[in-house]
Amino acid sequence: MTAELAEPASKIELPAGVGGGGEIPSFDVTLRVRRYNPEVSDESTWDDFHVTMYGTDRVLDALHKVKWEQDGSVSFRRSCAHGVCGSDAMRINGRNRLACKTLLKDLDTTKPITVEPIKGLPVEKDLIVDMEPFFQSFREVMPFLINKGHEPTKERLQSAEDRERFDDTTKCILCAACTSSCPVFWTDGQYFGPAAIVNAHRFIFDSRDDAGDMRLEILNDKEGVWRCRTTFNCTEACPRGIQVTQAIAEVKQAILARKI
Amino acid sequence: MSATQIQSPRSGQNSSGQDRSGKGSGGKIAPQYRRSGSSRGNFEMLAWLFMRLSGVVLVVLIFGHLTVNLLVGEGIHAIDFGFVAGKWADPFWQVWDLAMLWLAMLHGTNGVRTIINDYAERDATRLWLKIVLYAAAAAIVILGTLVIFTFNPCPVVDGVQLPGGFCPAP
Repeated sequence: MTAELAEPASKIELPAGVGGGGEIPSFDVTLRVRRYNPEVSDESTWDDFHVTMYGTDRVLDALHKVKWEQDGSVSFRRSCAHGVCGSDAMRINGRNRLACKTLLKDLDTTKPITVEPIKGLPVEKDLIVDMEPFFQSFREVMPFLINKGHEPTKERLQSAEDRERFDDTTKCILCAACTSSCPVFWTDGQYFGPAAIVNAHRFIFDSRDDAGDMRLEILNDKEGVWRCRTTFNCTEACPRGIQVTQAIAEVKQAILARKI
Repeated sequence: MSATQIQSPRSGQNSSGQDRSGKGSGGKIAPQYRRSGSSRGNFEMLAWLFMRLSGVVLVVLIFGHLTVNLLVGEGIHAIDFGFVAGKWADPFWQVWDLAMLWLAMLHGTNGVRTIINDYAERDATRLWLKIVLYAAAAAIVILGTLVIFTFNPCPVVDGVQLPGGFCPAP
């Protein structure tokens, strides 16, 4: 009788599994990281790290744990850690993804999880690559509004339909996951790459922009859109779900429509 | 081993002789940005367009070719030297086969050219592969065209009729 009275009167019946702090399943994972340090060796090696992680953790959390608790020399880029800044694109289990958007529980944790730098760009150290070739192509398509008319005193208005036309390609965060997943870019790195074309698309199809023809001319280059082989690697790699290959196809059609 | 001098990543002086090749980086190549100017002309666009258009025409030509040769009439059993000779006596089939030869060869050559561009890593390799490719394509196109237009099923050599039961007696 007394035991029953000891129960708090305000107890709310919760279904099992809700509100149970510390009940998140934990598991051991092996992180196999591609290490490269030019100050030590010109060769890169694989390093294995064993960490205990939780079901809510992402690959980035595992990398943090390794860096903070096991080996402080592991180098990688990250900034916001929430899939917005586009700093931590890397090759996880052979696929380009953002480390901060890839949950460990979605990967096969029975095998080591491989983490490599994105391909096709010069590696600086470990998972850090030199993004300069990528940004050079990006700058070349003039990714900014060019308007020949007088500068309005108010904002430049645009209909909802006109805005919708290029909505998909506004989502790009310049993480380079698409460009560094493109086999044509891997060959010699001279192809403009999906990301540059996506950002050109964003302005080519913007009704407020007047330099679409210039951008189409730039992408008519022999290293431009015609090198795209529609392998869809870019569409698959994009962490923002941009239909990259479709955007490239639309630019191809715009060039054709202008020339013929 | 002396420590390698590492250039500041964002110094923007890629050509200062410092080899930041990133060997063993997982990716084989560490590309330096060296796109030279812009290429004028629409060659790549026209090549892209040609692949699509010739592809559509080739589907019609090749399936027409296969149907007439292998399915119509006695089908595959009718094919012999005389069958080919008969076809090439007709200007319609001469033009059909000529179109098929040229389109297929240009389509295929352009496809292999694309593959060479995508996969050959050194400029010298690329150049030599393309020279071999264009030479082979030119040889086949020229020989094929010659055969279609100069084909004579009943050649007479030194006044003697070469064997061929279907040839009229001289």
